[in-house]
Amino acid sequence: MCGIVGLFLKDKSLEPQLGALLSEMLVTMTDRGPDSAGIAIYGADQNNLAKLTIQSPEPETDFAGLTDELRAAGIANASILPKSTHAVITVAADQMDATRTALAELRPNVRVMGTGNVMEIYKEVGLPKDVVERFKITDMSGTHGIGHTRMATESAVTTLGAHPFSTGSDQCLVHNGSLSNHNNLRRELSHQGIRMETENDSEVAAAYLTGEMAKGKNLGEALTSALDDLDGFFTFVVGTKSGFGVVRDPIACKPAVMAETDAYVAFGSEYRALVNLPGIEDARVWEPEPATVYFWEH
Amino acid sequence: MPVFDLATTELRDLNASLHALDKEGGNEEFEVTNPRGAHAVAVGIDAPVDVHIKGSVGYYCAGMNETAHITVHGNAGPGVAENMMSGKVVIKGDASQYAGATAHGGLLVIEGNASSRCGISMKGIDIVVKGNIGHMSAFMAQSGNLVVLGDAGDALGDSLYEARLFVRGTVKSLGADCIKKDMRPEHIEILAKLLSDAGITDVKPDEFTRYGSARQLYNFNIDNADAY
Repeated sequence: MCGIVGLFLKDKSLEPQLGALLSEMLVTMTDRGPDSAGIAIYGADQNNLAKLTIQSPEPETDFAGLTDELRAAGIANASILPKSTHAVITVAADQMDATRTALAELRPNVRVMGTGNVMEIYKEVGLPKDVVERFKITDMSGTHGIGHTRMATESAVTTLGAHPFSTGSDQCLVHNGSLSNHNNLRRELSHQGIRMETENDSEVAAAYLTGEMAKGKNLGEALTSALDDLDGFFTFVVGTKSGFGVVRDPIACKPAVMAETDAYVAFGSEYRALVNLPGIEDARVWEPEPATVYFWEH
Repeated sequence: MPVFDLATTELRDLNASLHALDKEGGNEEFEVTNPRGAHAVAVGIDAPVDVHIKGSVGYYCAGMNETAHITVHGNAGPGVAENMMSGKVVIKGDASQYAGATAHGGLLVIEGNASSRCGISMKGIDIVVKGNIGHMSAFMAQSGNLVVLGDAGDALGDSLYEARLFVRGTVKSLGADCIKKDMRPEHIEILAKLLSDAGITDVKPDEFTRYGSARQLYNFNIDNADAY
């Protein structure tokens, strides 16, 4: 089944509440999937700095001393902010690749959840309320974000199998549905040099969009191509550094409700997810059409 | 009039109270506030009661309804009035997927739009939609009437049996074995009654086109043997 949510703010005064609003939306969707949960938050741009969100099954040993070891490996100014099983490493933007290489050598057990200038991703096995509490998502501010609570069908219930999936800088995706041509696509995308970490079908969708955007397409154009190239059931909600997109497959079995006001655009698997948003009573509420791309840009 | 505020009352208490009503009972009226997208609101009623739901509901509202009149003053999620037997359900806003699915009787009025699969496998229900309907509507519809004042999406009436489909606007495409048919006097009469029952006075039956089954899929055709 799965539950997905997304919130794209137009009114800057709501930004301090982004984490709290999105958390509440996701917790409401808990009974659509109890296996794992995750949220991606797009925060403030810090000029010339980039972030890696990492995860470790043994955070205490893995994160200890990592700042010094990264600096010793040539990543000057690296800093690390641990949050439970996750940590955000901040480095100079031009040292992102070097940081990933150093990290793979220094801490082979650590997984990279996502990278970018503004995006942080937190996801774990467990219920949305536990994941939200563990990572203190309600305290986070930001411009937009997406979330997912999972009922697994296509791959194992693990941290890496949780959504959102990120396969490109500041790009991430949540998926309700199941793809049927993901194995072929995974092979083709691997040939293009796009990195995937799991056997999960939704990660392939994220990687596909990363590949299309690398060809110069904007998010809207990439989502339009997805309608031709992805086979299966899907409702996707996708974030980029400045954009927010939604698309459903032509059969459109997987539920979706959207709401828009002057202050925000919101997505929920069900209307229940939207009922606590400010001004929802007067929002334009609609069901996104099948095979139709919706996207907004800051 | 009993008022159930779902912000402070369990949904089960509401539905249990509705199920406890006398089948032969008088004209009781219930009001439900703060539904906030809840699932299965006012399902399985078997009594001539009036239920007013003030807000939007989630999955399966008014499912299996018998004789009750249920009005949703908001939008309805997937499967509204699914398997209704009799009575009347009115949605003041839009309805999501498979509104009126498999329903045997009664009248479902959707004042906004209905999305995909409206009236799928309908078995005798009458559905009147003031707006548009989505793709695959009336798929395998067996009997009853589907009236659409706006437009219909792709594959209308695919593999349908004996349901009648009346569309006032355009049809994006017809499904397998669904064809346009003539409006005979008896159809004008049926449609006039349905419009009147739905409280529609500004639209005339002769503005509609009738669609129904070509009845070519009823029996196995030996020429299609290679397809199996």
